[in-house]
Amino acid sequence: MLRCSGDPLPGAAAGAPATASVHEGMPSGTSSIGGVFESVSRGAPFETETHEALGGEEAVVGIEDFNLSYGDTQALFGVDMCVPRGKVTALIGPSGCGKSTLLRSVNRMNDLIDGVHTDGRMTLNGDSIYGRSVDVIELRKRIGMVFQKPNPFPMSIYENVVYSLRIDGVRDKQLLDEVCEESLRGAGLWDEAKDRLQSNALRMSGGQQQRLCIARAIAAEPEVLLLDEPCSALDPIATGKVEDLIDELRGHYSILMVTHNMQQASRTSDYTAFMYLGRLVEYGPTGDIFMQPRLRETEDYVTGRFG
Amino acid sequence: MSLTLEQRPKRDAEPRRESRRPRRRLRRASSSSADSMVWTTAGSLALCLIAIVGLLALCFVKGSATFWQKPIVQLELTSGSSVMGEVTREEDFTAEDGTTMRRRLLRLGNYELTGEHFRWVRDDEIDSESEPEWALVLERRQVLERSQTGPFFGFPQAFLIDGEAVATEPGEIWKLFQEQHDASTARQRERQSLEKHDVGATNRMTEAARLELRTVELEHGAESTEWAAQEQEYRRIAREASVQYDAVRAHIDDLNEENRRFELAMRTADGAEQRTPLADIVRAVPANRMGFTGGVAVYFSRWREFLLDDPREANSAGGVFPAIFGTVAMTLIMTLLVVPFGVLAALYMKEYAKQGFLISAVRIAVNNLAGVPSIVFGVFGLGFFCYFLGVSVDELFFGTQLPNPTFGKGGILWASLTLALLTLPVVIVATEEALAAVPSSMREGSYACGATRWQTIRRIVLPRALPGIMTGVILSISRGAGEVAPLMLVGAVKLAPELPVDGVFPFVHAQRSFMHLGFHIYDLGFQSQNSEAAKPMVFTTTLLLIGIIVLLNVVAIRVRSRLRARFSSVHV
Repeated sequence: MLRCSGDPLPGAAAGAPATASVHEGMPSGTSSIGGVFESVSRGAPFETETHEALGGEEAVVGIEDFNLSYGDTQALFGVDMCVPRGKVTALIGPSGCGKSTLLRSVNRMNDLIDGVHTDGRMTLNGDSIYGRSVDVIELRKRIGMVFQKPNPFPMSIYENVVYSLRIDGVRDKQLLDEVCEESLRGAGLWDEAKDRLQSNALRMSGGQQQRLCIARAIAAEPEVLLLDEPCSALDPIATGKVEDLIDELRGHYSILMVTHNMQQASRTSDYTAFMYLGRLVEYGPTGDIFMQPRLRETEDYVTGRFG
Repeated sequence: MSLTLEQRPKRDAEPRRESRRPRRRLRRASSSSADSMVWTTAGSLALCLIAIVGLLALCFVKGSATFWQKPIVQLELTSGSSVMGEVTREEDFTAEDGTTMRRRLLRLGNYELTGEHFRWVRDDEIDSESEPEWALVLERRQVLERSQTGPFFGFPQAFLIDGEAVATEPGEIWKLFQEQHDASTARQRERQSLEKHDVGATNRMTEAARLELRTVELEHGAESTEWAAQEQEYRRIAREASVQYDAVRAHIDDLNEENRRFELAMRTADGAEQRTPLADIVRAVPANRMGFTGGVAVYFSRWREFLLDDPREANSAGGVFPAIFGTVAMTLIMTLLVVPFGVLAALYMKEYAKQGFLISAVRIAVNNLAGVPSIVFGVFGLGFFCYFLGVSVDELFFGTQLPNPTFGKGGILWASLTLALLTLPVVIVATEEALAAVPSSMREGSYACGATRWQTIRRIVLPRALPGIMTGVILSISRGAGEVAPLMLVGAVKLAPELPVDGVFPFVHAQRSFMHLGFHIYDLGFQSQNSEAAKPMVFTTTLLLIGIIVLLNVVAIRVRSRLRARFSSVHV
């Protein structure tokens, strides 16, 4: 199994040596040169501050020296990180820092945009994501994604949930029914929706729609679940429900989540990654990132002194 | 220093005073110009409304009045003669001696006797005027083929059976007429049906045998043994057909014989007498004594005939059913052809093609296509569909019928294709807009579920874009159903009682010419021998065409609103 390690990702190194490399990977520690941001904006090479705690985790998604550019504008610079299995990982950072871009790189949604170039390695359970022989459609079937704005399809609740099975050509009514119920239960929507499965999904409230999208995403039993600011379009009560849901999904699913809301990150996630200007600045257990970050810049951001 | 200090406030004050005034004026000007924009916009809308409402009202008033029977007036003229007819128009005019007087345009019947359809009668010509109680209007079946003889105005003189007058008093005649008319009309219809179907069947039988023979001749030559055998067969079938034909003919003769027994003798206002077989009378209207309820009955009976029957009197009377059928059938076929093509083309342009110069050029070209005069499409349709495609089809599949063209002439299929081309830009543009309006978040959601591009289009994009596509369909229906110019070249004809769909194998005859309401209007108004008499029908037919287009649109709009309801979100 791949382990999460702070340093150049799995590849050849696996098992014990990887754990060792965590310590090698963070020699700078808290004593890092005063201006990480300055060096970043200068374009100077810089090392991500990855906490050792991650070394004990098993990686679902591994990202290694990943670069991405939209045409001439580079959006991600040498990102090294892993998404631990069964845990909730939050990506935080100021607007435009590349959180969403990184998230959308995992299921290659960026392919839909003209002029995107990528470089580096990304793996899903050891399988290459950007390899030349990868079938994007098959890859996306292994990854679930929930978007910023609830985007239920213009069809019934039932059909929304089983959409990914439908496109696989599943006709077995019993199986579809089972998956529908399971997913809606998983998304905490079953009690509200069971009596109106055939009614139009667009008639639900915003919060329900977003949980429906989550149900749709988990119906295909994804290996990793990507949440792109799932609560930013919701009111506080709906937000609370979605957060509770994320809490329940913890353990069953590996979740990578982008959020603008620092409290949300601290409430819901196990690990937090702080990004800035396309770089991954600091990555570690949520408690550490918020209570005792190693970099002053991270502290400034999480305490609201900037950003 | 002090100078400058003194001057400064002055300088400042002056421009300020200057600038304040224009500013205030400016503000006023802008607010009044905003008001004037309200007036301008409201005014142009009002103008549009007046134009539309005016046109519709004109068509409605004139069109719905056509079938209302006006009273018949009899005028004794100072010259000693007497005329009877229906007043269609009246106006004041200045006579040669400078006095102003009224003159009336009288619709005269009895064209075969008088040679006149209309006559202006000045008030000073008139000795006395009356509305005789027993003035009858006879609407007749074609006296001469394709001729326009118009109605007959006169007084009932006698009811004749086998040439013997059985009644001479108007009340009795009218009673007998009502008793006998339905039966003779039924016989007349039976005769027509026999002529159309049974005689037609024997003709088709011989024609099929002849084609068979011709096929053999083309394959084996005219001297071969196969041909000789086939010729035997042909002769046998022809004999059989002629036996059948004789039987039908005998039946028809019987019916004719029976029908000839009943006649109505009429006297015109100036004393001429004429006998009319009952079977030739479509409807007799006692215009001056039927009262309001009778008038309403006649009115609706005429509407019924108009909607359900074939035309008579060179299209200027009777029904327009073949034209209604042709219009609706052509519009539907056109829609069936244009929608898949247009939607697929728009899908490619919006969803698949890489946006760039080429696609922009194609888009501009499509938009320009909408501006090409429709007659150009007609010419193209005639040249490409009829003369190229049609002739090729004939050579390939209908060689035995040559030199008679089957598809190599105007027909409903080619007309529909031509109009499909004409309305293609409408559908493409509307579809493109509808596709652009599908939120990209829905597409992304589908892709994220692992759907392919086509699955996304089919399951998400197309259903969501359907209401917008329906808008394009509605527009293309309106455009297509109202188009006339290209149809004149590719298949619409003056008279085609044979519908493109009937009970004869193969039931759908896409090669047949057809009648079209738009063309019918043109024909009535401008190609009629007697346009004054056809004028009311122009309005009625226009009213009907507008009604049909509205009906088609209402159906499409209802479909669209149902679709919309499916995709509207309470939560935006």
